Amino acid sequence: MTVEQIGSEGKDQFPIGMRVLAVDDDPTCLLLLGTLLRRCQYHVTTTSQAKTALKMLRENKNKFDLVISDVHMPDMDGFKLLEHVGLEMDLPVIMLSANGDTKLVMKGITHGACDYLLKPVRIEELQNIWQHVVRRKKKDRCNSGSKDKPHPDSGEAAGIGNVDNNGKLNKKRKDQNEDEDDERDENGHDNEDPSAQKKPRVVWSVELHRKFVAAVNQLGIDKAVPKKILELMNVEKLTRENVASHLQKFRLYLKRISCVANQQANMAAALGTADSAYLRMGSLNGLGNFHTLAGSDQLHNAAFRSFPPSGVLGRLNTPAGLGIRGLPSPGTIQLGHVQNSGNPTNDLSKLQSFVPGNHNTNILQGMPMSLELDRLQHNKSVGHIGELPTTDSTTVFPGSGNLVDARITGFSNNPLLGVTSNSLMLEGSSQQATSHTSVSAIGFQNGNALSDFTSIAPASNQLQDSKAGSQGQASPINCNAGQIIRSAPQEWNAPRKDAPYQSHASINSSIPINSAMIQLGQCLDRNNSIFHRTTDLDSVGPLNFVDPLSIKHGEGDNSIMEPSVIEKEGYLMFQPRPHGSHVPDNIGSLEDLASAMMKQEGGCNGYSLRTSI
Amino acid sequence: MDFVNQLQRKFIDYSSSLHREGIVDDQFTQLRKLEDENSPHFVMEVASLFFEDCEKLINNMAIALEQKQGVDFKQIDECIHQLKGSSSSIGAMRVKNACIAFRSFSDAQNREGCLRCLQQLSHEYSLLKNKLQTLFLLEQQIVAAGGSIPRVH
Repeated sequence: MTVEQIGSEGKDQFPIGMRVLAVDDDPTCLLLLGTLLRRCQYHVTTTSQAKTALKMLRENKNKFDLVISDVHMPDMDGFKLLEHVGLEMDLPVIMLSANGDTKLVMKGITHGACDYLLKPVRIEELQNIWQHVVRRKKKDRCNSGSKDKPHPDSGEAAGIGNVDNNGKLNKKRKDQNEDEDDERDENGHDNEDPSAQKKPRVVWSVELHRKFVAAVNQLGIDKAVPKKILELMNVEKLTRENVASHLQKFRLYLKRISCVANQQANMAAALGTADSAYLRMGSLNGLGNFHTLAGSDQLHNAAFRSFPPSGVLGRLNTPAGLGIRGLPSPGTIQLGHVQNSGNPTNDLSKLQSFVPGNHNTNILQGMPMSLELDRLQHNKSVGHIGELPTTDSTTVFPGSGNLVDARITGFSNNPLLGVTSNSLMLEGSSQQATSHTSVSAIGFQNGNALSDFTSIAPASNQLQDSKAGSQGQASPINCNAGQIIRSAPQEWNAPRKDAPYQSHASINSSIPINSAMIQLGQCLDRNNSIFHRTTDLDSVGPLNFVDPLSIKHGEGDNSIMEPSVIEKEGYLMFQPRPHGSHVPDNIGSLEDLASAMMKQEGGCNGYSLRTSI
Repeated sequence: MDFVNQLQRKFIDYSSSLHREGIVDDQFTQLRKLEDENSPHFVMEVASLFFEDCEKLINNMAIALEQKQGVDFKQIDECIHQLKGSSSSIGAMRVKNACIAFRSFSDAQNREGCLRCLQQLSHEYSLLKNKLQTLFLLEQQIVAAGGSIPRVH
């Protein structure tokens, strides 16, 4: 629906007449909310049951423009509702709660809420909520590239989108060695071109995405070509273009995740935090393991908490993006690949120690990915944060045998790892030089991880450059990912949609930004843009990655083509194989990892993380 | 209309005292502002809903705290949360504060503390209810006497 389509409501009068669905089990609040909204001249429908709300929404997707929902409801969790709405209807959702804990707000944002209001809600706040509707529409429009709709101020969103897209396209082409010419061609187009003719939007449902991921897995992320994927998927009415576009997003997502995972792992290790939340990382194993971030709550560990919710995070709507929420065990620590080029044993041991006891050792729970160590292996420099073999059960990161294979090498030189507010100091620099392993714990905590992690990823990247020695070192990574991200972008030129994102991140570390970082940053960006909503991971269970992601395209437009970010979509992307660069595959809660490791290490450079970095 | 003026003055004074005593806060004023010709009894409606809700929640909590086999603090926590939300929405400041205090005892799973808090909460609620009902009565009297309800800031 576009602004112009408000139609009978009086399109010119938007936001007047905007159709809002308000959901709150508390009758007092619901009455108040309804009244306030009506006072703002919106067209309001209220219900105290989330299930009823969903039913209403499903009946007619175009019936509402915006949903406002309470977080605590007896029949269904507000976050669940949020996911459903985002997934199925792709409407902007605003969360409402009496509880303004940062954690909760974070959770809301990562689940895809476009805003989070505190009770008592004031009319001034409600007067501006229409902006979310407009923003989304623009994004959709921009993504679909249908410029036939003149938007007065669409330029901004569209412009950004375009730049982003283009930028991304460029970058993508540069980075990925895809021999998918077709895809490339398509991507090469400007946003508008391919979608000049409005194609019916493909909604990437969980099921569809699952098939997609399965197909990609089967082919191997490197060899996954849209055509083949399409064949494997065997879905009617799905075009190669749809797949191509989706694949692109997926790759970006993976990249991003891996960055984050790396960071997280590093951080976790360095910090030796026992905070399980962090360790719970979505593990991205090369092939797109989407790690669901189990239990968002847990994710909010200290590190994150300290991390100021930044714009980035805000954008990172998708918890799914980062992780598959379905991850069963909240305390899972999922580590990304750990590459241990150097001293495997050492690192390994280090890693082992670090696994925080309380985590469930599921490090890679649900991560189907196979540890693609081989692939990673070659890159010493690749920081990939190793893909940890998914092991279902307790593979505690370092401990498990599987991991070990993975050459968990501790954290490679990159000081980057370890960005966490807990000052993960990865000072590894001293030792680094050789081992570039970075344990990347991918831990997305419901999405927010990403932002934090981006900084970590670079670490691995750094390694790749084999400049590990120089880089990483010394920089105490104690930054919030933000920092890294910030730096990262510099090099990257990442076409980010969320430019502000970087600035938000509060990066305190002085991690040298090297390309790796950028990658990280880029990952982050992508993450933001792309993974917005978490698909209902729960339903998918521990998946491997792609399940939960469902990429939802805006209505009507063929956003598939765009590599751009569709904020509301949750993408589970594969981690593209690091071609030489870096992208750490697993971005996990490096922070946790780092902290955990640090703890274990007990200081000095015993920390493998540090040392190796 | 001396009588009406008297009533109005009384109303203003009473309203101010409620604010002063912290029974209600600014949010309540905001609610009042929402009242207009189309919804002249808005505040009263919201207040009634709140009273019902509050009573129900307090009851539930009392029952929960009495469970011999073990108090379900989670349920209590949810009740508190909801009460906090609605009390803050209506502007019932003291009730809201009582909820906040209550929460810490509930988090600590301290039954005794919870019981005390519940008592306090009950007390605040009763106080609020009485005062608001008096206020509404004054309003009705003013309207009945042909006057208009003064806006209190």
